[in-house]
Amino acid sequence: MQIKLQNFTKRFGDTTVIEDMSLSIASGEMIALLGPSGCGKSTTLFAISGIHRIDGGSLHFGDRDVTTLPPQDRPVGVVFQNYALYPHMSVAENIGFPLRVQKLKTAEIKRRVGEMAELVQIGNLLKRRPQQLSGGQQQRVALARALVRKPDVLLLDEPLANLDAKLRLEMRSEIRRLQRETGITAILVTHDQIEAMSMCDRIALMRDGRIEQISTPSEMYERPASHYVAGFLGNPPISFVQAEANGKLILGAGNALPMPQGISARGAITIGIRPEHFGPQHQGPSVSGRVSFIEPQGREDLIDVTLPDTQRLRAIVPAGHNFALGQDVSWQVDLSRTHLFNADGARL
Amino acid sequence: MNTSLKGNWLLVLAMSLMSAPLVIMYGFQLIDSISRPAPGGIIPQEWELTNWRFLWEPIDSARPSIWRVTFNTFVFASSTALLVCAFSITAAYALSRLNFPARRFFLAGLIMLHAFPTITLIIAIFIVLQFLGLYDSLMGVILVKAALELPFGIWIMKGFYDSVPWEIEMAGVQDGASRFRVWRELILPQVKPGLLALLIFSFLAGWSEFILPLVLAPGADAQVLATYMNAVIADDTRPDYGLFKAIGMFYALPVIAIYLLFQKRLMNIYGGGTKG
Repeated sequence: MQIKLQNFTKRFGDTTVIEDMSLSIASGEMIALLGPSGCGKSTTLFAISGIHRIDGGSLHFGDRDVTTLPPQDRPVGVVFQNYALYPHMSVAENIGFPLRVQKLKTAEIKRRVGEMAELVQIGNLLKRRPQQLSGGQQQRVALARALVRKPDVLLLDEPLANLDAKLRLEMRSEIRRLQRETGITAILVTHDQIEAMSMCDRIALMRDGRIEQISTPSEMYERPASHYVAGFLGNPPISFVQAEANGKLILGAGNALPMPQGISARGAITIGIRPEHFGPQHQGPSVSGRVSFIEPQGREDLIDVTLPDTQRLRAIVPAGHNFALGQDVSWQVDLSRTHLFNADGARL
Repeated sequence: MNTSLKGNWLLVLAMSLMSAPLVIMYGFQLIDSISRPAPGGIIPQEWELTNWRFLWEPIDSARPSIWRVTFNTFVFASSTALLVCAFSITAAYALSRLNFPARRFFLAGLIMLHAFPTITLIIAIFIVLQFLGLYDSLMGVILVKAALELPFGIWIMKGFYDSVPWEIEMAGVQDGASRFRVWRELILPQVKPGLLALLIFSFLAGWSEFILPLVLAPGADAQVLATYMNAVIADDTRPDYGLFKAIGMFYALPVIAIYLLFQKRLMNIYGGGTKG
C-alpha cells in the first residue's frame, strides 16, 4: 500500500513541531525515520497511525484519504518501544485482541493467532503471560499483534531500543524478514543509524521537524546532502576540518589538499573525511600531523591525528601497525571520497 | 526470619516497649469484656459472658436490637464503598487521561477537598438533607459520606491510572477498540489492585464513621454501631463499661478480620503499583 503524506503540519499548543512535510512511501517499501530525539519522527509516526491529529496537509493510503480517520479505522499495525503488551492477558489473548474487537468467530481467531505465532516463531509460548517472556519474545508478540489484522502499514516506534545488544542484532534481521515475507509497507522510527541503514530500503533523516535528506542508505552515506547528514551517519563518525578554499584547500600550518574535481568554491568551507578514507594504507594527497590517540578495536585501530593547527582527523588503520602516540605521520586522504560543505552546511 | 530476629533483638525490644501500651489496652478491652474486675481494680475476679448479653437479648426495651444496628452499619459502609468506587474509577480515569475544560481546576479542587475539614460543612449539609427530605435516613448519610470520601478515592485511583503506560491505551485504540472498550478491557484490569484497596478502605471508613450518623440520622431507625455505642454510655446515669467494651469488641471484629485478610492488598494503595 502506497503512503502519501502531503504538506503535513503538526502543532502542540502554540509550538509547531512539524511544518509542511511531505513524504511518499512506495508499496512494500520499508523506510526509516531517523533523527535525534525531538526531531519529530515519532510525532510523524503517530500522525500516520492516527493517534495524533493532523493539523494541516493530508494523508493517503493508496487512493484512500485517511487524513481524518480515527486510529481505530486505519489499517495500520503499531509496535511500540515498550511493546505495550496487555499484562493481564496471555500471549494468545494479546495477539487475538484485535480480532476479538472485529468480532470474528472464536475458531477463526484461534486459527489466525496460531498462524501468526508460527510466523514470528512463538508457537510454543501462547499460554504464557507477557511478564514470563524475554524481551525478544515480547517483541515477537508485539509484532504478531500488530500484523494479525493484516494491516496495510506496519509502524515501528524504536522497536529495538529496549533490547540488549545481541537480541537487537537478532531482531533486526527478524523484523526485516517478516516485512519481506508479508510484503507490508513499513515505517521504522529510530535514532540509531545502524538500525536504519541495515533494515530499511530508504532513510528519511529528520532534523527539527523537517526531512533533511531522503535516499537509500548507501546513497546517503556516500553523498550526504549536508554537513548534518554526514555527521549523523557513520560509526566511528566522520571528521570535519575547516579549510580555506583558494584554488586549493588550505588546512593551515602547511597542510593543503588539492581541490577535488568539479568544485570551484572560494572562502571558508568544511571538509568531511570519513575515518576509512584516511590513513597510511590509502592513495592520494597526504596530510601530516601527530598521532594523538590510539583506540584498539581488534581487527583495526582507531587513530586520531592532530594537525599542526589543532584540528583533528580520525583514521581506521588495520591492526599490526607500528604507530605510537606522539609520532609524526604523513598519511593519505582518499580525495574523491571526501565531502565538501559550504558555510551553511550544504554540500558542494 | 529466625536469624534476623536474633540479630535485631535490640530493635525488637525497643519496638515491643513502644507498642506495649497499645497492646495492653487492646488486651484489657478483650479481658474486661469477658470478666468482672474487683471494684476499683483491674485484675479480673471471675470470668463471665454477661457483658456480651446484647448479642442474644435487647439491653433495654427502648433500643433496637444489635443485629438491626449491625445490618444498618453494614448497609451504610458497603453502600458508601460501592458509591465511592463507582464514581472514583470513572472520574479518576477522566482526570488522568482525558483532556477536558477546567481539568486543572478540578485537580486542584480535589486536593483541596481532600484536606478540607468536613465538619465545618455539617450545618450546610444538614440544611440540604432537610430540604431533600433525607434527614434522619440512612440514605442521606450514605450520600453525604460517599461524597466526602470521593476526593480521596478519586485521587488514589488517579494515581493508579497514571501508572498505567499510555502505550497500552494507544495499542488498544490501534487494535481497533473504542476508548470505552479500551478502558474496560485493558486499563481497568491494570488498576484492579487499587480498586480493591479503595473498596476496603472506604468500607472501613464507612464502618467507623461516627459524626455524620450522629448529627444527620439521630433516630433509632438509622442507628449504626458507632452511634449505638455512644447512646449506650451517654444515656445512663451509671454507665455499664463492661457492656460498652464488649460492644466495642464486637464493633472492631470485622475491621480486624478485614485487615488480617487483606493487609497485603491494602499496602498497594500506598505503593501505587500494578504488578501482577
